[in-house]
Amino acid sequence: MRKYSPKDNVQAKAKYTDRFWVAPQVPREPVEDAHFAAVLEKMKAAVEVLDAYVEIGQLVIHIRPEQNVDALRTLKEECDYAMCSELSAVDYLARDGEFEIFYQLLNLKERKRTRILTRIKEDQAIESIVPLYDMAKFAEREMYDMFGIYVNNHPYLKRIIMPDDWEGHPLRKTYPLEGDEFASWYEVDKIFGKEYRDIIGPENRDPARIDRYDTQRFARVGHEVPFGADPSLVDETETPVEYSSELLADYNKGPHKVLDKRK
Amino acid sequence: MQQQPNKLKPFFENLNFERDDNTMVINFGPQHPSAHGQLRLILELQGEQVVKALPDIGYLHRGIEKMAENMIYNEFLPTTDRMDYIASTSNNYAFALAVERLIGLEVPRRAQVIRTMLLELNRIISHLFFLATHALDVGAMSIFLYAFREREFAMDLMEDYCGARLTHSAVRIGGVPLDLPEGWLTQLTDFIERLPDQIKLYEDLLTENRIWKMRLEDVGIITPEQALSWGCTGIMLRGSGIEYDIRKEEPYELYGELDFDIPVSDRCDSYGRYRLYMEEMKESIKILRQLIGMYPKTESQLMAHAPQYISAPKEEIMTQNYALMQHFVLVTQGMRPPKGTVYAPTESPKGELGFWIRSEGEPYAYRLKARAPSFFHTGILQDILPGTYLADVVTIIGSTNIVFGEVDR
Amino acid sequence: MAQHQVNYASSGGLPVALTTVDRLLNWGRSNSLWPLTYGLACCAIEMMASGASRFDFDRMGVIFRASPRQADVMILAGTLSKKHAEFARRLYDQMAEPKWVISMGSCANTGGMFNTYATVQGVDRIIPVDIYLPGCAPRPETLQYAMMMLQKKIRREPADQKKRKLQRFV
Repeated sequence: MRKYSPKDNVQAKAKYTDRFWVAPQVPREPVEDAHFAAVLEKMKAAVEVLDAYVEIGQLVIHIRPEQNVDALRTLKEECDYAMCSELSAVDYLARDGEFEIFYQLLNLKERKRTRILTRIKEDQAIESIVPLYDMAKFAEREMYDMFGIYVNNHPYLKRIIMPDDWEGHPLRKTYPLEGDEFASWYEVDKIFGKEYRDIIGPENRDPARIDRYDTQRFARVGHEVPFGADPSLVDETETPVEYSSELLADYNKGPHKVLDKRK
Repeated sequence: MQQQPNKLKPFFENLNFERDDNTMVINFGPQHPSAHGQLRLILELQGEQVVKALPDIGYLHRGIEKMAENMIYNEFLPTTDRMDYIASTSNNYAFALAVERLIGLEVPRRAQVIRTMLLELNRIISHLFFLATHALDVGAMSIFLYAFREREFAMDLMEDYCGARLTHSAVRIGGVPLDLPEGWLTQLTDFIERLPDQIKLYEDLLTENRIWKMRLEDVGIITPEQALSWGCTGIMLRGSGIEYDIRKEEPYELYGELDFDIPVSDRCDSYGRYRLYMEEMKESIKILRQLIGMYPKTESQLMAHAPQYISAPKEEIMTQNYALMQHFVLVTQGMRPPKGTVYAPTESPKGELGFWIRSEGEPYAYRLKARAPSFFHTGILQDILPGTYLADVVTIIGSTNIVFGEVDR
Repeated sequence: MAQHQVNYASSGGLPVALTTVDRLLNWGRSNSLWPLTYGLACCAIEMMASGASRFDFDRMGVIFRASPRQADVMILAGTLSKKHAEFARRLYDQMAEPKWVISMGSCANTGGMFNTYATVQGVDRIIPVDIYLPGCAPRPETLQYAMMMLQKKIRREPADQKKRKLQRFV
């Protein structure tokens, strides 16, 4: 019977995990830093803060998805977070049925970084932060392209990295690394048309594949045919392979000491 | 010519060549010698002036973030080389730093010295490359040849250290794999003794050059507000008068101990950015000088000692049973960092390069997001290109110094 | 043109070389191979390095051209993504006959380390390739060697073989 593999998360899994293995957690410290505490106060006044802690030197705040623009506006206008370094999503559909969206912000004056985390359902859209940070013009497009998360009020929500006619959202956990059926024939369909699939053949995803009838790329030791000739048309009798006797050393011969009995 | 058996049709820009509203749509790239890789710009022109620019990226998308989810951490490290392939070590380092922060690892001092050396050497390589291609785009062919000559010497040093010219993988998680080879520091000293003269040569040729100034001055103006809003970092930010260098502000590795300056320009244009690149190279030379003095004072340990995450040195693996077992497990299964999220920003030659890693305690990262500076530097093109002339488009793309391996990932 | 013996006509004093049309054409073609500046990824940097000062491609008659109409050789230097495949084929179509293709680097040969959804697994799926060049990234010397192999290949084949071969291709 074939081994069952879950279809909702096709990411590579650990081949072996100890029964008693419990993954440790990166320490989550309470908010004690003066700047972070002030930020947290202002955030609590503006939006509903679900959770807040300091993780590896950066403040992490969980908020509700409807309040993302309010939260970022508070951070930008009241707390001096002038730059949004990065925003994207994490796919938790298989486990929780949700996406996690993160906004990584930077305060250039205090040299502090804060991360805003929020979770949305699969069919839920998120409000665009383009009015606050221009970088979202690109970053939200990438998020849409890679995860299929719709962003409301984005000026130009269109695929950015994959072609416009691409099917599927590659960074979802349901999308296999090597692509689906559509992806594997994409360039052939586009350039030559579907009828050329048979002529060109499927992709070779196995780096160690050797075709024994390929006389152009591989030497057929013992079954030599002229370069490029079709081996099925040539007589396939085996040519005896002769090795140089100097190269083949017989290690069983020669003087060595055999112990009669164990010492 | 023979009819080809494919079904590709002519492109729209040929069909819409003359539109009623008298704007011409031209397609810039993806194969364009000055597009710095595979940038495609769809430009709408009113006469010679750009009225609308639309950067179309993704022509070098290789699924690096998806690969990161399906590879153990050490396996993924060589892939980061192919992101910013002009300064590979800075990518390796950014990834290694993120993982080290996640597992809370302290790197031995000699490894730190070597890493900082390699990072600065890579900065010089990258800036020389910028100068070469930027000058070539603007039309100064001889600078291309001069800058590549010096770059080859720097690449020789990298090759002596790690064996590769372009894709170094010279930094590992937990340290560096090799000590500096014999005589390497002498060669490095020779190189940085020679380089200031060469930089002076480039500056003599360009800085006061009438044509160069006409092509670069007041071209590609990025206001500080735009730069912040678009998330511009590195020289794109400092060229707009905002002094923020992660090496100085949030020091990592040895940058806290080193004495160097951060050049800032408030010209906001391509010329100011060009000057910054030249100044940064001089600062890198200064840093390298200090590092050469630091190296002999360090102990010989190169990799951090953390048996749960990092393999033991090769001699121990070959001689000690437990080290071999642990090495086997780390190679076949991979290390398992604790659950949590890390974002580690570093100052790559292009800007802020950081890896955002979400770990679920598995040997595979649950999500890895590479925060690539060039991605946002490409995005800002759509705001700064309108209003400029077609001839300046190439200058502006050149001065943003984007690398497409990093933009598309 | 070392392989041709030069005979001087004794009467006129004019140098006269005897050769075949094939050889003459191939001599011309093989010694002025103009590649297209078609940098795709990391290998493009090495391709530029081979054109720059230390490796100096010009001495072999190899001068990079920006337009496919003027180019003879397409050096596919780097990863060809699926989004880009269409453009690669389009550029190949735009090149004038006779034309040759060098696939530079593992990514262009087989997809290399990028065994992912977005990468074309070998450019020979869309374009006929003459020379495969291994390495990740290949050194400039490798590219120069590949160019020399291509010159050998051109000198060996009949001058119109390229055309005949093309008819056979898909």
